[in-house]
Amino acid sequence: MEIPRHWRLKKQRYALVGEVCPHCEAKIFPPRDVCPHCSGEAKTPYQFSGQGEVYSYTVMNDAPAGFEENTPYTVAVVKLAEGPMVTAQLTDLGAEPVKIGMPVEMVTRRIRSDGNDRGMIVYGYKFRPVMQ
Amino acid sequence: MDAAGTEKPSLLLKTLKPIGIIGYGAYVPRYRIPAAEIARIWKGAEGSLPVKEKAVPGLDEDVITMSVEAARNALARAGIDPQELRAVWVGSESHPYAVKPSGTVVAEAIGASTNIQSGDWEFACKAGSEALVAAMGLVGSGMGRYALAIGMDTAQGKPGDALEFTAAAGGAAFIVGPAEEALAVIEGSYSFVTDTPDFWRREGKKYPEHSQRFTGEPAYFHHITSAAQTYLEDSGTKPEDYTFAVFHQPNAKFPQRVAGMLGFKPEQIKTGLLVPEIGNTYAGSSLIGLSNVLDVAKPGDRILTVSYGSGSGSDAFGLLVTGAITERQGKALKTRDYIARRTEIDYAQYVRLRRKITME
Repeated sequence: MEIPRHWRLKKQRYALVGEVCPHCEAKIFPPRDVCPHCSGEAKTPYQFSGQGEVYSYTVMNDAPAGFEENTPYTVAVVKLAEGPMVTAQLTDLGAEPVKIGMPVEMVTRRIRSDGNDRGMIVYGYKFRPVMQ
Repeated sequence: MDAAGTEKPSLLLKTLKPIGIIGYGAYVPRYRIPAAEIARIWKGAEGSLPVKEKAVPGLDEDVITMSVEAARNALARAGIDPQELRAVWVGSESHPYAVKPSGTVVAEAIGASTNIQSGDWEFACKAGSEALVAAMGLVGSGMGRYALAIGMDTAQGKPGDALEFTAAAGGAAFIVGPAEEALAVIEGSYSFVTDTPDFWRREGKKYPEHSQRFTGEPAYFHHITSAAQTYLEDSGTKPEDYTFAVFHQPNAKFPQRVAGMLGFKPEQIKTGLLVPEIGNTYAGSSLIGLSNVLDVAKPGDRILTVSYGSGSGSDAFGLLVTGAITERQGKALKTRDYIARRTEIDYAQYVRLRRKITME
């Protein structure tokens, strides 16, 4: 059971809320309160647009504990439009083949249950092919 | 006036302040199972099927995730800061938790403040429209400037049951605010409620039960016609005053028949009739029909929407579309964008997506 951790991370997980550095304006995700670019203090919340592109990806056929139900699924490194890279599942792929450089957008989805079907449901960001 | 010459009091729900819908948004998941595929498994393909196909949620979707997306679309159209919402209400009969509100997760995900009401609503297929009436009350009384009401479902259908053909996933979100900001002014509403046991699901049970033919005349038709007729009479409007009408749509036949009974023509209900393509989205059913109408409505159009929820009750709403609609329609994905995004699945995939296989 990791309820306190899920609860602490909910803002960044549900809606891709990171930080913006007040000194060099770098957009930061995940939030860490210190700018990785200029090392200044950076605590200003920033709502990312959710737009990005696939930087790299792999297909998970043998999932870690808690994710077995969804196999096979695709995990990608997504380069956000504002700069940072995030690792996340791709979803709603349908028959579309995943390609490097493919434009994707953030959606909030069920990630897993904490424990079995009696546990809390963990929600968080995934990315899907951009809908026009 | 009655026979004694006294004025009959109006039964319409009218707010103290004029109000309207300032933003709306829909959501339909990607997967579709054709009714013919369900018929292939359970009873052959003879006879007429109630819909062409229905929308099925992905493994990582539920009423909360679908509500979040519809709410984000509504916020994009409203153009307001989510911190200004004073209510985030989700109406559904498939809330992911039996105890723990869906609304709190949705509110957090869309960036609402902590200054909100957020209880869940339940009234079978009219849980969403009931939340909309409550939002009218909250805004219309001056308790808050904006309120978000969502009707969303991932409806449960027992394998092999008649309702499995139609029990679908989808819905819509509406933000109620002052009339001067509205894309459609809410002219009033009226609700008609009785104790009618046509459909229910007992606590802890996976699938609902229904009383077969009893779901028609004393249930669906009686409540919708009662709500619509009282609304029309007390608002002094007639069917021909409306460009569009949307009725709850458990199948393709019922809404078309009730429209005819009330004096509406097929072209008035065509735009809002989505059930043949996405199935019955329960608490989302009449509301997603309305969102599809708003996607194409023009200033000056009048829209009548009547929901139906088993148990039973109907909410009737009259809307008058304003000039603000034109520039807001394109600010988010439209209902049809979601309907056009379609991946067909077979019954085996459906059984997996709906978690009907026991894994452990």
